[in-house]
Order: sequence, then C-alpha cells, then structure tokens
Amino acid sequence: MQVTLRRKGLERRTMRKLDIILKELCERKSQLVTSFIAITLGITVIVGIRTVTFYSEKAVARELDNLGANVLILPKSATVSDYYSADFANAEVPESYVDTITASGLQGVDNLSPKLTMPVRLKDKRFILTGILPKSEFKSKPAWQVGGDIFTKPMGCGAVDVPGAKTSGDSDLDKAAVRKEVIKDLGPREAVVGFDAARLLALKRGSTVSVKNTNFTVRKVLPQTGTVDDSRIFAHLHTVQTMYGKGRVLSAIEVVGCCKEISKGLITGLNKALPDARVVTVSQIASTQLKTNNMMSQFSLVFLVIIVLVGGVSIANYMFANVQERRKEIGTLIAIGMSPRQLLSIFYGKALILGIVGGAIGYGLGTILAIWLGPRIAHIPVLPMPALLGWALGISVALSLLATAIPAKNAAGLDPAATLMEV
Amino acid sequence: MAIIATQSLVKTYGRGKKEVSGLAGVDLAVDQGDYVALVGPSGSGKTTLLLSLGGLIRPTSGKVIVDGTSIYDLKPAERIELRRSRIGFLFQTFNLIPYLTALENTQVPLMIAGRSCDEQQAIAQSTLERVGLGDRLHHRPSELSIGQQQRVALARTLANSPSVILADEPTGNLDPATVESVAGMLRELNDEGITIVMVTHDPRMAAHAGRVEKLVDGKVVVDELALAV
Repeated sequence: MQVTLRRKGLERRTMRKLDIILKELCERKSQLVTSFIAITLGITVIVGIRTVTFYSEKAVARELDNLGANVLILPKSATVSDYYSADFANAEVPESYVDTITASGLQGVDNLSPKLTMPVRLKDKRFILTGILPKSEFKSKPAWQVGGDIFTKPMGCGAVDVPGAKTSGDSDLDKAAVRKEVIKDLGPREAVVGFDAARLLALKRGSTVSVKNTNFTVRKVLPQTGTVDDSRIFAHLHTVQTMYGKGRVLSAIEVVGCCKEISKGLITGLNKALPDARVVTVSQIASTQLKTNNMMSQFSLVFLVIIVLVGGVSIANYMFANVQERRKEIGTLIAIGMSPRQLLSIFYGKALILGIVGGAIGYGLGTILAIWLGPRIAHIPVLPMPALLGWALGISVALSLLATAIPAKNAAGLDPAATLMEV
Repeated sequence: MAIIATQSLVKTYGRGKKEVSGLAGVDLAVDQGDYVALVGPSGSGKTTLLLSLGGLIRPTSGKVIVDGTSIYDLKPAERIELRRSRIGFLFQTFNLIPYLTALENTQVPLMIAGRSCDEQQAIAQSTLERVGLGDRLHHRPSELSIGQQQRVALARTLANSPSVILADEPTGNLDPATVESVAGMLRELNDEGITIVMVTHDPRMAAHAGRVEKLVDGKVVVDELALAV
C-alpha cells in the first residue's frame, strides 16, 4: 500500500489523535496563550524560588560546617558577635565548666573545645590569639574521663573526632580547620597560625612569632578556610591564660553535639548544668539566614497555591470554552463513531501537551531566573537543578489534567443530536 | 427484509406541560438498496427520525431495528461500533473539521475505526478522487468552494464503506448546479447498493429518491404528491 502511495508521489500523511490535538492547538493558539502563560509563569516562579532556596540552604549548611561546633557556651553577657570578634570585654566562664559538662553525664556531646580568645595587634594589624586545649590534654585529665561515655558518639552522630575516645587514626591538620578537629598536641610555646595571619606576618612552619613578649614557634600554618580562623593564632590555652593573667577562665566552649541529641534535650541539659552561661545553638546563630530560607519556602508554597488556583482556573476556563466552541465538531465526531473514551483522550492529550510544554518551559525560565537572581539577591552562586524538572513537569501536568477533567467529561457526554440540530 | 425499520417510534422532548412531540408513532421500513426521501414541513420530525435511525436520539418508546437488531437495546459501545461500521452521516452544513485538510477530514472516520495510517491515506485519497477532489487533497475547507466542501463531507461519509447513508438536507446549502452534482453522486451510490435515507425540502432532490415518505406532526402520512413522485 505504501509502495503504491510512493509511486503516486504522495507524501505520507498520517492521521492520529495526536495530529488532531496538535492541529487544533495550532489553529486556536491565541485562545491557549492565557492558560499557557499562567502555567508557565507559575512554574517559572516556583522553580526559581526553589532553586535559590536550595542553594541558600546549602550555603547555610556550608557555613555551619565551617563553624564546626553546633553549640556554643558563652558568658551570660556575651553575644555571638562578641565571640567572633574576640571582644568579650572580660566576660568569661570558668574552665571548670568543662568538668561540669563531662561529669554531667549528658548524652550526645561529640566534641568539646574550650577556648580563650584575646585580640592582639601585630605589625599594626589586628589578630585573634586563641587559647585551645590539645587533644592530648583531654586524654591526660582523669577528671574529664569521669563521664565515661560522654564522648561516645551515639548512633547517627557526626564523624568529628572525639578527644579521649578511640579514634580511627591521627587526623591531618592540613586537611581540616581547627574548629573541626581537636589539635592533637600543642606545646606551651607552640602556635598554629591561620592562613591570613601567616601571610600577613610572613610566618611559616618553624618561624617564631612574638605575642605580648612571649615567643611561639609556629608548628603549623593552617590552610585557608574563608572563616575567622584564617586570622587566628592558636596557642595552648593555659599559656594564653597565663599571658593575660586570667586564671582558669574561658571565653567560650565550643561543643559539637549530635543533632538528634540536641533536639532531644542536650541544650536543656547544658542550660541546667551551667545556669550562669549562655548556651547558643547554631539555629540561633544562623537564624537570619534560616528565616530567609523559611520565608522563601513559604513563598514557594504560596506560589504553588496561586498557580493551582490561577493556572487551574485558567486551564479549566479555556477547556470549557474550547468544548463549547467545538460542540458541532464533537457532535460530528460522535456521529461518525468516536467513542467517549476517544474523545476524553483527545482532551486529556491536549492537557498533557499543555502541561509538559508549560512545565518544561517554566523549568527553563525558572532556572535561568534563579541563576541570574541567586548571586544578586542571596549572594550565592546557583546552578541548574535537573531534579526540579520532574517536579515541575509533575505539577504542571497534574494541574492541567485535573483542570481538564470536568470540561473533558462534558465533551464526552455531549448529546450529539442536540449539537447537530443546532443552527 | 428491511435493513432499517422503526416500530411505533415515539420521541417526546421536555416534560410535563412543556412536553413537545418530536415523533408520534412512526412505523417505517427501509429495505436494502432503498433510496428514501423524508419530506415534510419544518418541525415535522424529519431530522429527529433520521438521527434516531442513526442511533443518536434514544426514542421515548418504540424501537429502531437495524439489520434485525434493536439498536437502543445494545450497549452504548456496541451502538457506537454499529454506527462506525454500518452508517454514514451527511449533513447540511457539512460539519468538516476546519483545521484539517480534505484528506485529513476523510481520514478521521478511518482513524476512529482503528485503520492503519497507510490504509487511512490510501482509502481517503481514492475516495476523494472518486468524488472529483483528487487535486484538492491538502486544501482546508476554507480553501474549498461550498460544493467541494460537501463532496469532502461525502468522501468522509463513504470512507468506512457504510451500507446505509443518512443524509440531512445534503443540498440545503448548495447552488443548483452543485445540487445536481451531489444528487447524481447519491444516485450513483444507491445504484451500487448503498441504502440512502435523506431528509430534504427540495422537490428536485426528492425526485431522485425511489420513495418519498412525508412526515407531519411526527407521523408518516400518505401524500398524493409524494405518491406521484
């Protein structure tokens, strides 16, 4: 048959339901524009917001990761800003708080890092001298082993090394910032220097740096972290305490707590154990960013509702009008033998195409919008999220099909005789 | 044996006091190969009777029997299948799908019947050639004359080789020359054995039919003029 057709020089013209759908769409495309714009814009906005939110959340997670600790124990009068600027103005907590925590039997403490931070000026530049306690000191203090299981990581906790607990091996200082790793050994006259501090003071391993007339040998220069650690000079806690005549006091205790345990009551336990200290969680530290993220999530939810309402109503309205306009055509198709199921498939097929095209273009535009807006409004680089394509198509197609259900049912249920007898 | 018959066919529209009679007990028998013209004044029930014969208007009472089967006792899907395979409709306003070409319009009933794409094209093309539109295959209805549009509609009617054609005022919108052309084609089809039941107001068209039935107020009546035809 096909050979005969070709011999006659007739190009092959198929006729399927899809052809009817596509040709009808092309014929009446102006009527489709409103619905198409509604659904495409809706998906564009949702994809844009979700993409920016996702990368914003990642940025927060990265910041928190850089922070290392997820709980800070500060003097009552100090703020988190004071902690980062090392501007404690003599606000301190006693070093015995470490004993209190270890002896309290609180579950979920992965790591403890007592710190005393003091601002120093070297070569007319401001640095932060930070007294820390090396891991070896934790191991050597019987009092800090009293808690026994306190440094045993509960199931599901992070992989941060725990002082005093069995570890898988020595950590390499080159690979991790001091916030995330407890320095294994640090002599009383040794210092570990942050990246910027080393650069500005021209320090390298083995150099000597003099702080308040105390000479320290640089044991290590830390890799760049992009955090406040880059301008820190880390020395032994007790050396710093002695240099400033502070006695056994601390500026802060950084705690790496197991997230599950934090929600189960670690913070409450710490507050009870240390009534004169301020216990701050990372959620509070990053509250502004988290609030922004929450707002973005709520925005995307609001837009989802709007798209469902506006897009759905628009598509349903278009389909109703389309059925009305095609009454005679539908009546004729029924008269020549089209079944209700075939008619339904034509309308649902049309909705499917509308949903797929609207969803795909909406995803594309939303992604472009996010890539353009991300660095401008959230100060973060944004990349396309292919996973959102399926999500966008799913919403768009589901909405189109849902909005088409009643008009399509009306079309399939049309009385052909009534439409054929209409003048 | 009658290929189409009605038994005491009654169709009433509306309810209660607003009830309007469409058909008031029609008994009609159309044999295989008959060419019957249904005539009568407007509102006499001609179109209602025609659409009832085609399975599109369920009667209030009575039966429509096609090939020995009471079609309104069939399941909807079976009635659709019967209409698809046995009956062809021809309308006064042609009812072509405006965004499809002549070839595509003719392919539609074949597509609905599940014929392959190659079959669709071959049958549609040969049918259009038969009605004299071999050179207008890819023209849309808006690019065709009124007469050509009705010929496309006729090709669509013939696509699935129906044994019965139900035509509702097929020449009502045509100029006299085209009326003759369409009348000639219907005559030719009837000569080939296709049964035709045609509603018409046009005495010239009725004259082509082998038999004329006059409807008045939903009933078939004996009419001298009709008998003369």
